[in-house]
Amino acid sequence: MKRFTPIILSTLAFLLGWDLLTRYSGIPNFILPSPLSVWTRFLKAMNDGSLPHHTAITLTEIVLGLVVGVTFATVVGYMLAKSRSLEKVLSPYLVASQAIPVIAIAPLLVIWLGDGILSKVVICALIVFFPVLVNTIVGIRAVPTALYDLMNSLHASRAQILWKVEAPASLPVFLGGLRIGATLSVIGAIVGELVDAESGLGFLLQLGDFQYDTPMVFVAVFTLIALALMLYGIVRVLENKFLKWQN
Amino acid sequence: MQGFAVPKMPHTPILSIRNLSAVFQNENGGLHALENISFDVKPREFVCVLGPSGSGKTTLLRILAGLIPPTSGAFTFGQGEEPSIGMVFQQATLMPWRTVTENIKLPLEVKKIDEDSARKKTNEMIELVGLQGFEDSLPRDLSGGMAQRVAIARALIHDPDLLLLDEPFASLDAMTRERMWTELSNLWQARQKTVIMVTHSINESLFLADRVLVLTQRPGKIKMDMEFDLPHPRKDEIRYTSQFGKLAKKLRGAIE
Ligand SMILES: Nc1ncnc2c1ncn2[C@@H]1O[C@H](COP(=O)(O)OP(=O)(O)OP(=O)(O)O)[C@@H](O)[C@H]1O
Ligand SMILES: [Mg+2]
Repeated sequence: MKRFTPIILSTLAFLLGWDLLTRYSGIPNFILPSPLSVWTRFLKAMNDGSLPHHTAITLTEIVLGLVVGVTFATVVGYMLAKSRSLEKVLSPYLVASQAIPVIAIAPLLVIWLGDGILSKVVICALIVFFPVLVNTIVGIRAVPTALYDLMNSLHASRAQILWKVEAPASLPVFLGGLRIGATLSVIGAIVGELVDAESGLGFLLQLGDFQYDTPMVFVAVFTLIALALMLYGIVRVLENKFLKWQN
Repeated sequence: MQGFAVPKMPHTPILSIRNLSAVFQNENGGLHALENISFDVKPREFVCVLGPSGSGKTTLLRILAGLIPPTSGAFTFGQGEEPSIGMVFQQATLMPWRTVTENIKLPLEVKKIDEDSARKKTNEMIELVGLQGFEDSLPRDLSGGMAQRVAIARALIHDPDLLLLDEPFASLDAMTRERMWTELSNLWQARQKTVIMVTHSINESLFLADRVLVLTQRPGKIKMDMEFDLPHPRKDEIRYTSQFGKLAKKLRGAIE
């Protein structure tokens, strides 16, 4: 409980400050809604089912995007870490691809892949790909050569070296990449939805914007924050579970 | 691997090393670590390798374990097939994410031994190296000597044909070291094992081995190949016999 005291206190202070601002500053509600009106809007969106519906869509895009992005990044990262020549061939393209902001190609992807869930999954996967890729490479390269010697002296197979040495040894760095990727995945899904979508939190956000339903915009933003925190928390749980040996 | 036409006899070497050289590439042309090493190892022989730092002792073991190829020359195993190897590295080389038990068990996992007998064997080894009570400790919580005992247990657990030991006892306290000498000596006598062990200690080599190879300063060449016949099992008192003293003096002379 002690652990959470600072975060609870700062949240309360934030809410109080926000409430006082809306009460006494004279800013109209459609520009800065009061905490209470956001809360009321939240309850309404929960009751009419719109918030759960759109959250589920966005969450699906994020999870699929994460799975696809992390899978590709891990496989490609492992191959690059193992083969200097492959790295020489591919790394210019990879670095160049990072120079293009995903926001710039998101409209293209929506044109090519349609305004459904697929384009969002791909955008999300693209944005997740790079941090996980880099950390996979760094993690695999950092595996101590002495452990390879040990496994080779036992005539271990490639698969055994992968699962008994490379995977656990690179896990700390890999999970660091996953933590960044998980947070970015939320951005990926929203960027896609803001370009064009019929559903999802990004759609809800835009709808609220068009209708001057500012409390709805706030509800959508807070839901996104909650999603990002949840994903971050899941990675932290994985780290606590699998990296106990570190400290 | 080349097979031998001669029927298997006690004196057929289990390992023949011919004109082995190792050169490491570097800026100024290459660093000669080993030069023209040739010797045979008989089955069940206990060979100690002594030599100054940098004379290529570790390199020799790494070549024999198949971890690096020799630059020239060759070595062949008598049975034609590669023997199973237990290696203790100069540094303990434990997996930091595995407990003591899990580290010791590793070779049995690699050889896909069933879980039950693996656990039994692991407990035996923990007892042998005196690590009871530390079964679930992580390497970060072990002293240097304890870590090295884990590494020794791990090298022995799968009952390898050939033991390659690189200064395995260097980081142990005198008491543990001498207990490990006795244990290794018993183990070697009880099972069909061939041992090649690098050490800096003349006492250790005379207490354990049948034969000592002394390497020269880099590049390592064989300076002396001395077989001797001290009776087994050897007790502590052997160190005060005149034969031991003479051998020790001879070795000290060769090492400079
Ligand atoms: N992978 C390597 N690359 C380059 N040089 C190496 C490599 N391994 C060993 N050497 C060099 O080869 C020489 C012999 O090294 P080696 O480790 O075999 O010596 P050693 O006899 O085991 O020494 P010590 O008693 O200090 O352990 C040293 O000069 C070392 O710097
Ligand atoms: Mg050495």
